[in-house]
Amino acid sequence: MNLTLKIWRQANAIAKGEMKTYKLSGINDHMSFLEMLDVLNEDLQKKSEDPVVFDHDCREGICGSCSLVINGRPHGPLQTTTCQLHMRSFNDGDTIHIEPWRAKAFPVIKDLMVDRTAFDRIQHAGGYVSVNTGSALDANNIPIGKEIADEAFNSATCIGCGACVAACKNASAMLFVGAKISQLAMLPQGQAERKKRAEAMVAQMDAEGFGACTNTGACSAECPKEISMANIAMMNREYLGAKLTSEAV
Amino acid sequence: MILDSKIPAGPLSEKWSNHKFNLKLVNPSNKRKYEIIVVGTGLAGASAAASLAELGYNVKAFTFHDSPRRAHSIAAQGGINAAKNYQNDGDSVHRLFYDTIKGGDYRAREANVYRLAQVSVDIIDQCVAQGVPFAREYGGLLANRSFGGAQVSRTFYARGQTGQQLLLGAYSAMNRQIAAGKVKLFNRSEMLDLVVIDGQAKGIVTRNLVTGAIESHAAHAVLLCTGGYGNVFYLSTNAMNCNVTAAWRAHKRGAMFANPCFTQIHPTCIPVSGDYQSKLTLMSESLRNDGRVWVPKSAEDKRKPTEIPEGDRDYFLERKYPSFGNLVPRDVASRNAKQACDDGLGVGVTKLAVYLDFADAIKRDTEALVRAKYGNLFDMYAQITGENPYQTPMRIYPAVHYTMGGLWVDYNLMTNIPGCYALGEANFSDHGANRLGASALMQGLADGYFVIPYTVGDYLAGIGPEQVTTDRPEFKEAIAQVQAKIDKLLSMKGAKTVDELHRQLGLTIWDYCGMSRSTEGLKKAKGIVEDIKKEFETNLMVLGSNEEMNQSLEKALRLADFLELGALMIQDALDRNESCGGHFREEFQTPDGEALRDDENYAYVAAWEYQGGHQDEVLHKEPLKFENVKLTQRSYK
Repeated sequence: MNLTLKIWRQANAIAKGEMKTYKLSGINDHMSFLEMLDVLNEDLQKKSEDPVVFDHDCREGICGSCSLVINGRPHGPLQTTTCQLHMRSFNDGDTIHIEPWRAKAFPVIKDLMVDRTAFDRIQHAGGYVSVNTGSALDANNIPIGKEIADEAFNSATCIGCGACVAACKNASAMLFVGAKISQLAMLPQGQAERKKRAEAMVAQMDAEGFGACTNTGACSAECPKEISMANIAMMNREYLGAKLTSEAV
Repeated sequence: MILDSKIPAGPLSEKWSNHKFNLKLVNPSNKRKYEIIVVGTGLAGASAAASLAELGYNVKAFTFHDSPRRAHSIAAQGGINAAKNYQNDGDSVHRLFYDTIKGGDYRAREANVYRLAQVSVDIIDQCVAQGVPFAREYGGLLANRSFGGAQVSRTFYARGQTGQQLLLGAYSAMNRQIAAGKVKLFNRSEMLDLVVIDGQAKGIVTRNLVTGAIESHAAHAVLLCTGGYGNVFYLSTNAMNCNVTAAWRAHKRGAMFANPCFTQIHPTCIPVSGDYQSKLTLMSESLRNDGRVWVPKSAEDKRKPTEIPEGDRDYFLERKYPSFGNLVPRDVASRNAKQACDDGLGVGVTKLAVYLDFADAIKRDTEALVRAKYGNLFDMYAQITGENPYQTPMRIYPAVHYTMGGLWVDYNLMTNIPGCYALGEANFSDHGANRLGASALMQGLADGYFVIPYTVGDYLAGIGPEQVTTDRPEFKEAIAQVQAKIDKLLSMKGAKTVDELHRQLGLTIWDYCGMSRSTEGLKKAKGIVEDIKKEFETNLMVLGSNEEMNQSLEKALRLADFLELGALMIQDALDRNESCGGHFREEFQTPDGEALRDDENYAYVAAWEYQGGHQDEVLHKEPLKFENVKLTQRSYK
């Protein structure tokens, strides 16, 4: 395959960025999208040009490192991670636009790499059950119905990639935050801190500068792990319930 | 140097409890006076950081990722073993211990493995309490499956994403401590040196990957939880950024590196499809519970797999190992797949693959049930290969997956450098020459949650809480050395990219120090690795500067260490004149082609001491004593 790539290049967080055009040939349709970028980077280096920086690691769709807005869609045309996208999804002669996640809360570090530590800070605010190592009961002491366990698992499969934010016109993080709040709200282990958690995580989400949700559903439609919009509804319910009975003013 | 494993006296089942009682404690009000550095935030690192902070220690946690949640533990699919015996099928601590020792081909320490089996049960309790959504039965209790050659169902799992769920559990426990101010997280920071003062580990040197700043950090103890070194092969199931650098720099500062040639080749991976390939993808071996491995009986058979009748297929694992069939341990399954391909029976374009067929399972259980069990794996396979595994057999081939070797540690998980510990895959301790499935997660969490919180206290109580600072000249020297190394890489301006050289190294190690090894091949590989190293030192191209996000520079620093490690793996493989577990020396096999151990001469841990890089490393042997198991030829027939 022969391709024209238009890629966002930005030297660092404060530099001005621009789209640059690269021609690439000899691409095999079994390559993953990131392997195609590897080929580009080898070519660039041979020409003494700076390789394109992008986050990636496991390349099997689970670590959440890879990102990229490809032709306007987070992780490209399929509902999967960019590392699991293969060149057979494109055609010979295509022009492909590659940009970083765009959100105020995800500043660009370089080229296609952004800073997603805002997600971590939201988790620090309450995305846990307070249980010290060693003080747990026997694992089978509290039965949890299979349906509930499966639902909690579905919420827990979030990989923290940030596609939901990148897909949202408001750059809202509510799918990401809702997934964690829902997971722990569904499980008996999460009950003790249920209200506090919902309040704290939402407050941190707002403090990080993520936008509000206007229910367009783009987040869930682009989520590589197919996290459902029901998580946002549940988060709203949890938050409202917490606020109505909150002791904090 | 005499290696003291510090294995406690007494009967096997009482060693750990006696040892815990004998370990010194740090007074609760003194714990806050100690600083502990944890490098790596995967299962071992995150669980250690959280548990130590809960005790009151001040922890600094380092990861080269943007977030601790990206660590490669997240990719473990199949499950985690624990001797709960919830299934009433005859499991016990002793059986898990026995299976692990035997599965490791009798090259692990009895005491360590027994402790691992003991604490395995606590891990499950802890994870459930954190909200880890393990698979459950309709009655609400935890589900188990049999996994990786075990004859009991002791594996706990969360669909095909167990590692993810366990890591997110440990990550959440660490997040709680970050919020409490007891863990300070340094992300996008890569450890580039260990600082040793008066023989004790007192800190590390790191590079901030965003700014390039070379920084130093002092502490009372340093825990290396930095994973394995499978990426020495370039192509492996490891994540792209997994590397040996932190462990290797500790090695260069005096920590012994043990059993480097013990690497695990996982039998069920998606085969290589071209030169551009950047990594290999594992398909969980849980697939072998229902999939049947076969090749055509004739090398000339050009038919599609679905058109080849039963009579013309060779289900070679079922034929050779009737009692374990497709569930033989990983090393055995891998070697047999290689054998089939070496005999010309491989399938697919490259002829380096065998079939893993689900047709019988689908006929027996329906496609819906197979989908419920393995849906995400089948989807992944279809996505990568463009083939539908519900309709045609998968093609699989072995790939490097895990490294049993690692930094030598004693029973307390301390390396031979006082104050420097190694946890999880980074150490060598529990899996001998071959790791059983679902045991890596178990070991990472055992080390972090339940071993290190006890053992590190003993050391800290001994040295006292006196503050260490980075003002010491040893820190400045280490920074200068790191800086000089970086300057050299950037100023070389050669013609070869890092990836080009890394591919060459990987291919060499794979061909000669991979699934099977021979004296002749290893000697040849030694020369090739030396040549690649020379090229690396004289003709490498790293563009850009240090003071920016520079991924080529990161990779170059890692490759420098992989090159030295590769040479040591070859040396270790040459020294070990026997076959055991993942180490198969062609000269040492039984008449029917199985690994032939030499317990009389090689029942030892090979611990290597660095000699400055210009001469061969020196071997120290820690003899392995077996008092509770009888060494037998592993047989899965």
